[in-house]
Amino acid sequence: MAGFDKVGNTYEEAMAGLEDGMTVIAGGFGICGIPENLINQIKKMGTKELTIISNNCGIDGFGLGVLLEDRQIKKMVSSYVGENKLFEEQLLSGQLEVELTPQGTLAEKMRAAGAGIPAFYTATGYGTDIGKGKDVREFNGRKYILEESIQGDFSIVKAWKADRYGNAIYRNTAMNFNPMAATAGKICVMEVEEIVEPGELDPMYIHTPGIYVDRLIQGTFEKRIEKRTVREG
Amino acid sequence: MALSRDQMAIRVARELQDGYYVNLGIGIPTLVANHVPEGMDVMLQSENGLLGMGPFPTEDQVDPDLINAGKQLVTTAKGASIFSSAESFAMIRGGHVDLTVLGAFEVDVNGSIASWMIPGKLIKGMGGAMDLVAGADNIVVMMTHADKYGNSKLLPQCTLPLTGAGCITQVLTDLAYVEIRDGKFHLVERAPGVSVEEIVEKTAGEMVVPDHVPEIQF
Repeated sequence: MAGFDKVGNTYEEAMAGLEDGMTVIAGGFGICGIPENLINQIKKMGTKELTIISNNCGIDGFGLGVLLEDRQIKKMVSSYVGENKLFEEQLLSGQLEVELTPQGTLAEKMRAAGAGIPAFYTATGYGTDIGKGKDVREFNGRKYILEESIQGDFSIVKAWKADRYGNAIYRNTAMNFNPMAATAGKICVMEVEEIVEPGELDPMYIHTPGIYVDRLIQGTFEKRIEKRTVREG
Repeated sequence: MALSRDQMAIRVARELQDGYYVNLGIGIPTLVANHVPEGMDVMLQSENGLLGMGPFPTEDQVDPDLINAGKQLVTTAKGASIFSSAESFAMIRGGHVDLTVLGAFEVDVNGSIASWMIPGKLIKGMGGAMDLVAGADNIVVMMTHADKYGNSKLLPQCTLPLTGAGCITQVLTDLAYVEIRDGKFHLVERAPGVSVEEIVEKTAGEMVVPDHVPEIQF
């Protein structure tokens, strides 16, 4: 199939063109809703000097954490990190650079990039170290700092279901950063649990329209649980 | 005696109102959810994209795709909605959340808060805390009055890197309920059996003490 069909068969094809030094925007919160197979493919490719934009950096041995094992990440832009020992080691030894960004600002940086907005003012971080060196403007008596959007060479996202055109639906809180990440990459690669034919998903319930998606692949997912909090039934 | 964590949560829960959308920070603030008064409807916002957070799942309800901001497994409450992180922070930054409760290392007389970074220790990041303090009008900080070495956490000026400047007006500690206005702390209530003198002694910033400071009732 051609035209709007985005489906590819292999993870090699899905990540083809990723090169050393590129910026990759990844969806996911903690290890929930992460593009785990696309991350594993980057590990397999051994691409180095990557700048990764993602709320977190996975955990030891899973998610983006696996890219630390062979020191593939040069810089992380995240709101919360350090759930992994390797991350801590590489940060403290200066092998890894980290730019901490407030979570809402990070989401907005991705959203803005995808919407063609180069920068935006926000109250978040004004008066803190995050605001240092940034343009400050007052609107209606309140001060705001200028934050620039972030575009990626690639964005890697995980959805639940998509049709072959890339119209996608996320499942529960596995949505998180994925919809914005999908819009913010020059090449958006999406992996899903199930691919259906166009027309099978109700257009009213599409979260990410296929226009944002360049490559689509179906995978199987481990969906590891970070904190297994369970109550007595 | 100083309040227990649960007593602190009970006191903060009295700030809830029927129909409130509430964001509870990680740690002690999450205990507030256990003390929502009977017959009151409150919806919990979790910044990873869930409004209407339910309790932890039972074993047969476990869903790895359904977690809270602390990365714990949760369930959805009746009437819940799920959305992206951008939507979630639009709610937070747009001032749509009625009450935010969060922990802190330090708060000062100008309402500034430091809660995310201790220089020299591993820096994990601010997560959504800077967005929450910048976006919310109604914030309660929940923390111990002094650190484990006895140093006051209510200061003339925060010494640690800030989470937000001039945004905090209410603090509930294990010793007292304190309001912040006009560049001063104002003692409003005290823990049962804790003297005003002890609270003032453990408060490094200027504290205004009214003639009568009622004990928090349980």
